[in-house]
Amino acid sequence: MKKLIVAPAPHAHSGDSVRRNMLLVILALLPAYVVSVIEFGWGALITACISILACVCTEYVISRYILKEKRQTIGDLSAVLTGLLLAFNLPSNLDWWIVLIGAIVAIGVGKMTFGGLGQNPFNPALVGRVFLLISFPAQMTTWPVANGFATRYLDAETGATPLYYLKHMVKAGDASVIDQLPSLMDSFLGVMGGSLGEVCALALILGGIFLICMRVITWHIPVAILATVACFAACTGWAGAPPEGMGTCQYVGYELLTGGLMLGAFFMATDYVTSPMSGWGKIIFGIGIGFIVMVIRTWGNYPEGMSFAILIMNACVPLLNKIRPQRFGEPKKA
Amino acid sequence: MRTFKIGGVHPHDNKQFSAHQAIKECPLPKQAIIPLVQHIGAPAQAVVKAGDKVKVGELLAQAGGFVSANICSPVSGTVAKIGDWTDAWGAPGQAIYIDVEGDEWLPEIDRTPDLIRQCTLEPKAIIDKIAAAGIVGLGGACFPTHVKLLPPPGKKAEVLIVNGVECEPYLTCDHQLMMEHGEEIIIGIQILKKALGVERAIIGIENNKPDAIAHMRELAEKQLGIEVMPLKLRYPQGGEKQLIDACINRQVPSGALPIEVGAVVDNVATIYAVYEAVQKNKPLISRVMTVTGKNVSKPGNYSVRFGTPIEEVIALAGGVPADTGKIIGGGPMMGRAMDHIEGMPANKRLSGLLFLPEAESIRPEEENCIRCGKCVQACPMGLEPYLLSRLAELEMYDELEKHDVMDCIDCGCCVFTCPAHRRLLDGIRPGKAKVGAILRERAAAAKK
Repeated sequence: MKKLIVAPAPHAHSGDSVRRNMLLVILALLPAYVVSVIEFGWGALITACISILACVCTEYVISRYILKEKRQTIGDLSAVLTGLLLAFNLPSNLDWWIVLIGAIVAIGVGKMTFGGLGQNPFNPALVGRVFLLISFPAQMTTWPVANGFATRYLDAETGATPLYYLKHMVKAGDASVIDQLPSLMDSFLGVMGGSLGEVCALALILGGIFLICMRVITWHIPVAILATVACFAACTGWAGAPPEGMGTCQYVGYELLTGGLMLGAFFMATDYVTSPMSGWGKIIFGIGIGFIVMVIRTWGNYPEGMSFAILIMNACVPLLNKIRPQRFGEPKKA
Repeated sequence: MRTFKIGGVHPHDNKQFSAHQAIKECPLPKQAIIPLVQHIGAPAQAVVKAGDKVKVGELLAQAGGFVSANICSPVSGTVAKIGDWTDAWGAPGQAIYIDVEGDEWLPEIDRTPDLIRQCTLEPKAIIDKIAAAGIVGLGGACFPTHVKLLPPPGKKAEVLIVNGVECEPYLTCDHQLMMEHGEEIIIGIQILKKALGVERAIIGIENNKPDAIAHMRELAEKQLGIEVMPLKLRYPQGGEKQLIDACINRQVPSGALPIEVGAVVDNVATIYAVYEAVQKNKPLISRVMTVTGKNVSKPGNYSVRFGTPIEEVIALAGGVPADTGKIIGGGPMMGRAMDHIEGMPANKRLSGLLFLPEAESIRPEEENCIRCGKCVQACPMGLEPYLLSRLAELEMYDELEKHDVMDCIDCGCCVFTCPAHRRLLDGIRPGKAKVGAILRERAAAAKK
């Protein structure tokens, strides 16, 4: 008889793979992307293509020629996902070379310097985004207006985001811009200015629920973030933060539906590599993000703080991983 | 429907190949090979020598300590030799070789199929009979059954939990045993209840065996204090701690035995053996084995006398399939891949033989850990497998101990679920063994 194969148990596998998880996240992002293409037109297509291509090429070049790895990892689709997420976080009318720089920083600095997939402490797409935000503040905060499929790319009509107006009203006490705000329903459906993929809360929520149902992510992080933001906004709302002419409920609605919150809560903060392992760790991680983002939005200089909030909490992950999961037979934690 | 609370996975159960196949008797071998270690604990000590004539049921080897078990002869014939023997995984040991002559049984063994319902024996006498018959847990661990029935002083059993879960994919021997010998199992449960002095017994069966649930329910209805509990399909529900959690919602603390929460767990096959030993004077000399796999031509459940070379059982099932890559003793989650099958006999430990095609036998290449936490979600003991495996790699045994590596039950859920195909247990297993050795050394030093 021929030689038998010997290996330790178990001899069965769920069939799950890194590639499958990445593919499902990409699928879950597609509805939001379709909305973006409808709203921002060519800009959405070009930005995403450049970003994805640049991310994949950067990973391949570094892995092949600098790290001299024998096995290439671009097939696991994680670089594609990073590229797509980076594009989601950029204005759709950004110059192509800025997108390129963002992608190179995201993969090169954010991921490969640490040893590739699984080793990076910070979300690579956000590393790329924040690098661009600090280096090109003007270009990064000029968003095209959502006005149906735009055929123009670079010279698109631009305008500020709802959060910018909100901040302006709150900080400067200028209630006149209240007319500039989209209705809550428009914010929910995504008819407003903003980064490429963040505008349509509905599509992002659907994608997020799909990921939870497919057991790609768990509910802990998104629920913790959204609940914290809602509570925070409600509290400051009662304390008089929202401008005249806006009720507390409406204010909470805007905080939840505009900016990068939904994208961040379902797709950025839940990045496997840079989020905690245990259930309680994830909940505290989410609360931290929700809290920081609201502090930045309410008192900080930037109208939006989701990227910073996630990156700051990414840095806390090793500490949060000290929180043990509930052991079998151990008395329940208080 | 109830189940355990933490972790667990859903492997495809693949029981369709051998499910509902009637138990077939495997013919007697020409020579039987009886290993002296077929249980957890000290090896049994041979009480026969070369040239001795033995009958079926005669004592061949005596328990070699408190945690050990007798071995009775499964065949009649002449002891050829007692010599070195290596198991299918390469571990050396001793075995008794018997040249089989006829099939002559000890006269006190009742070989009729008649049911004997009445048991008038005192608890002590029942336990002695179980010990004499060499009964061990046939669910896989092979812990001597009589030891479980003698709780340490100060501990009292409240409930007998009967393991009819059979959560390992592919295996169907317990299922078929319940279908064919349900009445004997019910009588066995009453005997064990008496031995333990408990009023209540719960039979846990997973809901992928609706016919067994219905059948056992029908039989249990006429009995006092036996309840059938359908459980939601989930691996590793057959694990002792998980089963207790599922059935009576009590959690055995870390490092403790089930008796700590008043439970004693026994497998249905073990209980069938108890019935045979107590009511029919038949020691544990055979068991039902599942021989299965996608390409096995006659998969089924076979009643095999211990000592029968497994090649003969495999021949009954149609031989080794051509594209076999792995032959596994037991199921795919916790069974061990055999290095060879020549000279390997059926024994108390071997619940089944699984033939995996070559394509399913090679483990995919490992990728980087993506820190998804799926192993943490899957671990039924609430451990952190990704961390334990890393600590083991780094030989950080103090840290391993602090992170409760000793609670690992080796179920394989973490490896099963890992999307990066990390071989977490390859590190955790030796790490746990090392920490265990350190703990024993420490305990020995503390005694001095």
